[in-house]
Amino acid sequence: MHDMSVHAGQHHAPPTSFIRKHVFSLDHKVIGKQYYALALVAAFIGMFLSWLMRIHLAWNNAAIPGLQLLSKTGAPGGVMTPEYYLQLMTMHGTIMVFFVLTTAPFAAFGNYFLPIQVGAEDMPFPRFNMMSFWVTFTAFLVLMSSFFLGDGPTLGGWTQYAPLNAVGSVAGPGQGLGVVLWMASIALFCVGQLLGSLNFITTTLDLRVKGLSLMRLPLSAWAWFITSCMGLTAFAVLMPACILAILDHVAGTSFFVASNLVINDQIQPHSGGSTLLWQHLFWFFGHPEVYIAIVPGMGIVSHVLLANMRKQMLSQRTLIYSMGALALLSYMVYGHHMFVSGMNPYSSLAFSFPTLVITIPSTIVVLIWTFSLYGSRLRINSASLFALGFISMFVSGGVSGFFLAQPSIDIMLHATYFVVGHFHLVMGVAAMFGIFAGTYFWFPKMTGRMMNETLGKAHFWLSFVGAYCIFMPFHYLGMAGNVRRYASFVDDYLQPLIPVHRFITVAALCTGAAQLIFLYNLIHSRFRGEAAADNPWEATSLEWSTATPPPFDNFGGKHPVVYHDPYQYGVQSSVGDYVMQASPEQVKSDNEEK
Amino acid sequence: MATTVHEPPQIDSRRLAGERHSGNGAGGGIVPDGDLRVAVEYSPPPSSTAIWVVLFAITMMFAAFTSALVVRKGSSLDWQTFTLPSVLYFNTLVLVISSVTLELARRRIASFMVVLRSQGESPARWLYVTLFLGVLFVAGQYVAWSQLRAEGLYLATNPSSSFFYLLTVTHALHVLCGLGGLIYVIRKLSKSVLRRNQLDAAARYWHFMGILWLYLLLLLRMKL
Repeated sequence: MHDMSVHAGQHHAPPTSFIRKHVFSLDHKVIGKQYYALALVAAFIGMFLSWLMRIHLAWNNAAIPGLQLLSKTGAPGGVMTPEYYLQLMTMHGTIMVFFVLTTAPFAAFGNYFLPIQVGAEDMPFPRFNMMSFWVTFTAFLVLMSSFFLGDGPTLGGWTQYAPLNAVGSVAGPGQGLGVVLWMASIALFCVGQLLGSLNFITTTLDLRVKGLSLMRLPLSAWAWFITSCMGLTAFAVLMPACILAILDHVAGTSFFVASNLVINDQIQPHSGGSTLLWQHLFWFFGHPEVYIAIVPGMGIVSHVLLANMRKQMLSQRTLIYSMGALALLSYMVYGHHMFVSGMNPYSSLAFSFPTLVITIPSTIVVLIWTFSLYGSRLRINSASLFALGFISMFVSGGVSGFFLAQPSIDIMLHATYFVVGHFHLVMGVAAMFGIFAGTYFWFPKMTGRMMNETLGKAHFWLSFVGAYCIFMPFHYLGMAGNVRRYASFVDDYLQPLIPVHRFITVAALCTGAAQLIFLYNLIHSRFRGEAAADNPWEATSLEWSTATPPPFDNFGGKHPVVYHDPYQYGVQSSVGDYVMQASPEQVKSDNEEK
Repeated sequence: MATTVHEPPQIDSRRLAGERHSGNGAGGGIVPDGDLRVAVEYSPPPSSTAIWVVLFAITMMFAAFTSALVVRKGSSLDWQTFTLPSVLYFNTLVLVISSVTLELARRRIASFMVVLRSQGESPARWLYVTLFLGVLFVAGQYVAWSQLRAEGLYLATNPSSSFFYLLTVTHALHVLCGLGGLIYVIRKLSKSVLRRNQLDAAARYWHFMGILWLYLLLLLRMKL
């Protein structure tokens, strides 16, 4: 390492006041932690909402004690109305997709570790970075504020389909101001993520230290870079879509509302809008969003597995190209969400083909992980278990994607719990496992303390078994024709399926409770955990070259110089079976990628 | 068997300050002695990359609006065409001239930087002219909106007027951001702390606003 003398624009002085240190901080590490805290709060709120929904689905007329305090009109006497069920479902989906699955793996870990992994002092535009978090936080507050409206939050689902997103309160509770708040929240969220993407892209391209060529970037850094490119494109389209919807709502325009539309016996004062237009704009963002949630997880899981396998990936380069291919193809497949929308059947065919093609890079990634794991003596710890769990969930959830990619099958399954099981496993649980893997792996570096391994492993096994108990039966329910988005199942043919719903609800309550173990471990270890060494996992990338936790300027007034590929495991060096990226030591290796 | 340490590359004297490179760590640019000043010179200023990222995001946004316009026009028969206010053509001319004056300013500032304030003429003069033209453009757009309002064409009157206001107002807001950029550059220049890449970034943004406006005018003429 070498002393810093001068450096580019990411320079800013160390903060002195409490506010600048911990609240309006310019430090990417503090901002990363803020994003993590936001995601943590959001995840528990989202999970709590799912508990309420599951209890209602299993015991339809049961009063949930205290629920009336949340909404007098939505849950009179603690019994949920169908409309309130839909409102909770909407908020669950929105909170989880935007404020957890996008925020934690990408914004939280990316903010904290991307600059360190490239050897920079900070992001190039720290003020934009700070603004990115606070805009996202404001977006969260705006969304949550809709809980306090008289008629509650919007009930239109996280996809907010037109025309019900644009006609006002005539469409139901929460469809007035609730929708406007939802749209404003998501538009703000887009601004936050665009600012974040700007920083991520410039950090990766411009702030790498000497010797750190693009192909020497760790896989996690690659994943964040690819995700930021996706985010830049996707959020720049969702934001105008939200603006159009808000204008339809408040200014009387007719972008999405068709003419002569009658809702609740009232003819709507709109003319000629295209309801499909919203779906096109939304899903142009919506499908890449799935990969925005999962690709950082792929990077984190690869990073964690490599440190525990003590050997290199079968082909790091192919893994990077596959993640890039996923990002590119994600824009060509969005129409598979619209097979039942009434669009031209030929369009369905055009979207079906790339959807099947996208399984190729996904499969390549899984095969690379699997064959790299083959023959390795994997160190079993909480982080590596969750990384394995990620692969398991990604495969289990991904396999059903093959079926749903075909319009003829999707038409049958689209409105059923089969789809709910599919996306929860492949996008929700898998991404969550990626977040957990990252947490157990990087917690020592972020806090200077180790997490409790016993609690971590208990958390893994309960979550792993629990997630399968919840989401595999969803597939069976779907194949039996159990429709989704219904607040209760009163049809005769659904009655035999109620016990399955009750089983799922019990599993959801137990799995949710297991997350309290994680929360306890996180908070307890933060203050009472065993002190962590600078490199407790004997890992190689730059974040492990610096102190634990890293100083304000990341490398204590030094700049590392990179001499090696990122994952030099299975070599003989003076420190063991690995060599750090920043170590000038020459080592013999059988497996350096050419 | 391969060693993992690459051969120390030679410093290419042609790759010194002022030239653009693809990234700090790119290529074989690793200098084992870690002379940071060389590293800094090798590093492209992040604002050079950032401005392209910003322009890409803006392009995506207007692409979304454009596709919405095309789909919306084709989805129903309620689309009514109207004649664009003629002041828009004057505004276009103003914006094009502003790009020319900005380029004049860039040249002056470049030579000013070289001769280090030996000339009496303020290099910011053409920047002020550009700033004035930018304000004139926004004012001209306001005149166009007022004319349409006087004709009874409001945001919600017809989808065609909706898109007119949507596109022109969004563009004008972006132009205002560009004016903010120009003011930032002028302030930096007055304090003699302006960096070349900051000026270049502001200029690229401004020129892009001009190109975007030409595109929007064409779109509005063809579709409204």
